[in-house]
Amino acid sequence: MSLALTDVVKAFKTDVVLDGVSLSVDTGETLVLFGPSGAGKTVLLRLIAGVIEPDGGQITIKGKNMDGVEPEDRGIGMAFQNFALFPHMDATDNIAAPLTARRMSKAGITETVGKIARMLKIEHVLHHKPKELSNGQKQRTALARALAGEPDILLLDDPLRNVDAKLRFEMRLELPRLLKDQNATVIYVTQDYKEAMALGDRIAVMSARGIEQIGSPADIYLEPANIEIARLFGDPVINLLDVTPEAAAGGVQITLSGVPAFIDAGYGGAIGQDCTIGIRPEAVRFVSEGAPGAIPLKIETEAPLNEKTVTLAQTRNGREIMVSRPAGTPGPAQGRGFVAIDASHIHLFDRASGNRIAPAAVAQTQGAA
Amino acid sequence: MNTTSTLERVLRGIAITLVILFFMFPIFWIILMSFQTNDTILRVPPSMFFEPTLQNYRGLITGQLVTDTSSLEIKFMGNLFNSLFLSTSAVAVGLILGVPAAYAFARLKFRGSEDIAFTLLSFRFAPPLLVLLPLTIYFQQLGLANTYGGLIWVYQLIVLPLILWIVRGYFEDIPADIEYAYRIAGHRWWTTFRKIALPLAGPGIAAAALLAFIFAWNNFIFALVLASADKQPVTVGALAFITASGVQYGQIAAGIILSIAPTFALALYAQRYLVEGLSLGAVKG
Repeated sequence: MSLALTDVVKAFKTDVVLDGVSLSVDTGETLVLFGPSGAGKTVLLRLIAGVIEPDGGQITIKGKNMDGVEPEDRGIGMAFQNFALFPHMDATDNIAAPLTARRMSKAGITETVGKIARMLKIEHVLHHKPKELSNGQKQRTALARALAGEPDILLLDDPLRNVDAKLRFEMRLELPRLLKDQNATVIYVTQDYKEAMALGDRIAVMSARGIEQIGSPADIYLEPANIEIARLFGDPVINLLDVTPEAAAGGVQITLSGVPAFIDAGYGGAIGQDCTIGIRPEAVRFVSEGAPGAIPLKIETEAPLNEKTVTLAQTRNGREIMVSRPAGTPGPAQGRGFVAIDASHIHLFDRASGNRIAPAAVAQTQGAA
Repeated sequence: MNTTSTLERVLRGIAITLVILFFMFPIFWIILMSFQTNDTILRVPPSMFFEPTLQNYRGLITGQLVTDTSSLEIKFMGNLFNSLFLSTSAVAVGLILGVPAAYAFARLKFRGSEDIAFTLLSFRFAPPLLVLLPLTIYFQQLGLANTYGGLIWVYQLIVLPLILWIVRGYFEDIPADIEYAYRIAGHRWWTTFRKIALPLAGPGIAAAALLAFIFAWNNFIFALVLASADKQPVTVGALAFITASGVQYGQIAAGIILSIAPTFALALYAQRYLVEGLSLGAVKG
């Protein structure tokens, strides 16, 4: 285990930002801290970096307690969200900061900086001062500086936030390879779920309450621990409808717009309970009238995105739902249409607490419809 | 439209000329006076036309003032040296003490930090004479009266609060993340202070040092009370021109020109620094 946090508490005056956060990251693993602003992601990074001290709890790096250990002795590299480049030094000197700290020879510095700069495609601006760099170049310089010292632990604080969409997309593809090459333990903070899914070996979803769920990107997407997480992951946003599961001949059923639909028999425990069902837009598909389980909808608008088309529609009870289908596939007729839901890809949440209700494992003899 | 703008321009020109005349004429007159003998200065009506003479400057530089009636020994060059030495040393000591203190007040929030900083500032509120009376006695008992060391110490009352408060603001303007980034890269805090904080606050430190120098240079009362002739700066030394045989206006004028020259030159030189200011392009707001 490369990094572990145990019951870390941090408050600023009376504002408790982190209240007993525990977390562990393995060597070489990339953990994404994902959550809305104000959840304490940056504070968590700064605690690990040692620039602020926790009020309680323990941080260990490679098994060593970090209490009172100065930032320069922790063996970490960090890229700040605001880049935090040294304005009076050119890009070379910025990137070389971790190397000069080790009193590396001039030739060694030139070589190392050159290598990293080539990798990040900023070798042509190495003699520019930060204010002469574009945002993308600043971001890469900051990243290069974090990587230059080949730290054991790399802390990346939303490094793609201030760069344009094209570069963000490119970096989202390049970064995982880059990070794997470094073989560093990475903690990556982001507010973008796609970034989280693309980069994380595991994702820790944070809210103001602390860490809500830790798991692989697939876990988070397929088994979100609560409604909030289900809403945060996925574009378009998951459809949430109030239902009350009922017992029916041959399993558990719910009723949507008066049309019954069978769900996993494992949800038997939720019968009679006030629930919210979460249906991802891609788990809803258009069917023709009269098809089994067809639910009538009033079609409002359609938004063709590149790879998919998203339809906004209204149910009979006036609730809005979104349907996503691959671009180019036939859609509904003007005004109204019928959909069926893929009952094996639904999520059931307790309406009061918002927590996920996991289906119990039952013999799949009478499975979903 | 065209006429109003012409009128406007003319009026503005007149206004600017008046302001410049009002502020610059005394200085211009002093420059003229410094090239005249007491006789031509005091003639009625005054005139801009006269036979220029360098005798005032010659007298100040050689230390022998020869007038029609008497020969007077003056130590103006000694005073000038005292001013230079006292002000430079006071600013140097002020920077050595004040800049690290300013950094501490800017970055570390310790118990009572605001109170201490404010107390230091409050030295500037107290009338100097109030401080001087007890100080005179202390200084005599400690053997500090009439020493350069003692004067430089007292000058800290003027210099230190100024440096502390100006430089503190500049340190506070440096995003802490920039320093954190340098620490995380593996540098000790002292290296970070020297390589990051000091250069970035450089323009502020230069401005504070310049202001402190001018304040120290212009100080009169501390040196008047605490120093005797051989340690006195020009501000006090100028009193010597008021002699029993009359006021030596020509010498006073030449003395003023010579004594404002260093601060004037310094201000001209440092202007670049003061205006420039490092824009922190590395951090997005």
